[in-house]
Amino acid sequence: MDFLNAIVALANYVLIPGIAYGSQLAIGALGVTLVYGILRFSNFAHGDTMAFGTMIVILVTWWMQGAGISLGPVPTALLALPFGIVGCIVLVLVTDRTVYKFYREQKAKPVILVIVSMGVMFVMNGITRFIIGPDDQSFADGPRFVISARDFKEMTGLEEGLGIRTTQVITVLTAIVVVALLFWFLNKTRAGKSMRAYSDNEDLALLSGINPERVVMMTWIIVATLATIAGTLYGLDKTFKPFTYFQLLLPIFASAVVGGIGNPLGAIAGGFVIAFSEVTITYAWKKILVYVMPESLEPSGLVQLMSTDYKFAVSFVILLIVLLFKPTGLFKGQTI
Amino acid sequence: MKKMLMATTAAALVATGAFAEDVKLGIHFGFTGPIESLTGHMADGAELAMKEVSDSGMLLDGMTVTPMRVDSGCIDNGLAVSNGERLIADGVAGIVGSDCSGVTGALLQNVAIPNGMVMISPSATSPGLTTMEDNGLFFRTSPSDAREGEVMAEILQERGVKSIALTYTNNDYGKGLADAIETSFKALGGEVTIVAAHEDGKADYSAEVGALASAGGDILVVAGYLDQGGAGIIKAALDAGAWEQFGLPGGMIGDSLPENIGPDLNGSYGQIAGSEGEGIDNFVKMAEAAGFLGASPYTPESYDAAALLLLAMQAAGSVDPAVYKDKILDVANAPGEKIYPGDLAKALELIKAGTDIDYVGASAVELIGPGESAGNYRMIEVQDGKNATVGFK
Repeated sequence: MDFLNAIVALANYVLIPGIAYGSQLAIGALGVTLVYGILRFSNFAHGDTMAFGTMIVILVTWWMQGAGISLGPVPTALLALPFGIVGCIVLVLVTDRTVYKFYREQKAKPVILVIVSMGVMFVMNGITRFIIGPDDQSFADGPRFVISARDFKEMTGLEEGLGIRTTQVITVLTAIVVVALLFWFLNKTRAGKSMRAYSDNEDLALLSGINPERVVMMTWIIVATLATIAGTLYGLDKTFKPFTYFQLLLPIFASAVVGGIGNPLGAIAGGFVIAFSEVTITYAWKKILVYVMPESLEPSGLVQLMSTDYKFAVSFVILLIVLLFKPTGLFKGQTI
Repeated sequence: MKKMLMATTAAALVATGAFAEDVKLGIHFGFTGPIESLTGHMADGAELAMKEVSDSGMLLDGMTVTPMRVDSGCIDNGLAVSNGERLIADGVAGIVGSDCSGVTGALLQNVAIPNGMVMISPSATSPGLTTMEDNGLFFRTSPSDAREGEVMAEILQERGVKSIALTYTNNDYGKGLADAIETSFKALGGEVTIVAAHEDGKADYSAEVGALASAGGDILVVAGYLDQGGAGIIKAALDAGAWEQFGLPGGMIGDSLPENIGPDLNGSYGQIAGSEGEGIDNFVKMAEAAGFLGASPYTPESYDAAALLLLAMQAAGSVDPAVYKDKILDVANAPGEKIYPGDLAKALELIKAGTDIDYVGASAVELIGPGESAGNYRMIEVQDGKNATVGFK
């Protein structure tokens, strides 16, 4: 019984939040890694691209809620998601035409593009705040739980509860679908193959008749789609606030780099590595150890490696370690 | 020679004060920044008292009072100090403010003490201000958080809570309040299983709640802000099924919290500075007539701060801060005739006639120790999605 309690507590506080957070990071990191692999620069505006796409989803969701359109038990936001994706695609394509294209034609160095993307970040930041404001917005509807901690306790008679939120299930399912679709696209379709060819060797790709502007456009469309999906899932699961999306940039970059930047598989692995490191290192293990250990060995302290204040430091440290000892990341990506 | 010079300057100052037709009072609040939604009402409250005194024509032979608003930024010490100096340059006779604890300390040390200016803050609650050296120039009509800690500990004790987990918002206010609750609750024999900070403005608090839940405790006390991390912590704790009841200090009391959290918050309880009785009822009516919200947090205290400054001037027969600063405690406390909001004209008359007054005002002012409010608290319990007042302390 104690053992069961320990597993339930572990699932409730570590596994489920970790998996949901990891999925969100993974989709975000996929966007960063695609830009890096194909357009060859680190896109600092990614967090704010997510915020912008999510903002449109929220606005459309509110309109739908007002008009009485709903998906039954599933959050309305999923229905509004395509609109957000289209809006976000328009935004990044306009940005590409007006800003990035100029530097691409000049064959500017990646470091210049990084600075340019920071400028874009501030502008997008401003647009989002200007339209929806800097405050928290909640837009989730439908039942909040698949199973709530209280119901779980009553059903099983265990001391520990296990809460699974609807949004966590949706996050994980959507992430699986999105990742499967993306890999199918990159590996099986002609367009996907031309993107990979362009990423591997730009000159050879040009020689074999691949239109670079088409590749760039497709990349941005995919990136905008991924950004909006990641942002909406994160916003549904937690809350939407422009500033937290800006902050998300760090764990997302850490995920991409840890996994091997430019490598889509690495981005997914990196997302989960970062999410679980953040959760496990800042978790106080006392509760679980009390169930598992014999009474004489029970810990008196909290058994917490680091206070939760240092959550972001965890991604920083992992980032440093990877860059120092294995600059290509866990899966072989490009060296930074 | 030097002494004579000083004496003549002082005399000249007093003389110009006495003959001036008009007295200026500074209102030093954070009209921008984290509590900007409160300061508009607070300033209106302070100005209401000044208008009442001006209209009565009783202050020091018919002087009028002109308010002067400046911005403290609430968390911007540089801005607060430079605007404080502007008030001095414009020749104010007293300052109502500042509002947040940090800028209040900065204003006191950099502006009020060097210039010998009296300031009364309606809303700075940090316990640190109690012990700060102030040359008798600083007062506040709000209680210190140290007092709130005691009150909270008593409430928890009365409800039979044996152990608490405590989390606070990571700033001066949160830390001060958390320390006060921890020491008071331990002094009453309670157990504090963990004291952990949380940052405001994060999207996800499940990790913080994980740590708090591991430590356990009968109830989770959240010394945070209701529109900020405090609400996030409660939501995450409910989601994880870690706690069902929460202790809510002043920063967590407001209509938006039960609205955001929903029925799960029912049964949680806490307290906020506030009083009952004739004073506050009168004041809310007066505020309504003047077109602002009298029940908004710290608005009654702002009215009282301005009223105390003016009554002390009347009692001292001077608008010189160095003279009237000693009278503030006299007019604020017993013995004397009780003065409620709207009675300021009567109070000025009584003082002129040499009768003692005891200013009660909108927030039941009773200044103790180094000139801070003794502290009245409303006990709140969330019932059916509303904050219900269940008693006073």
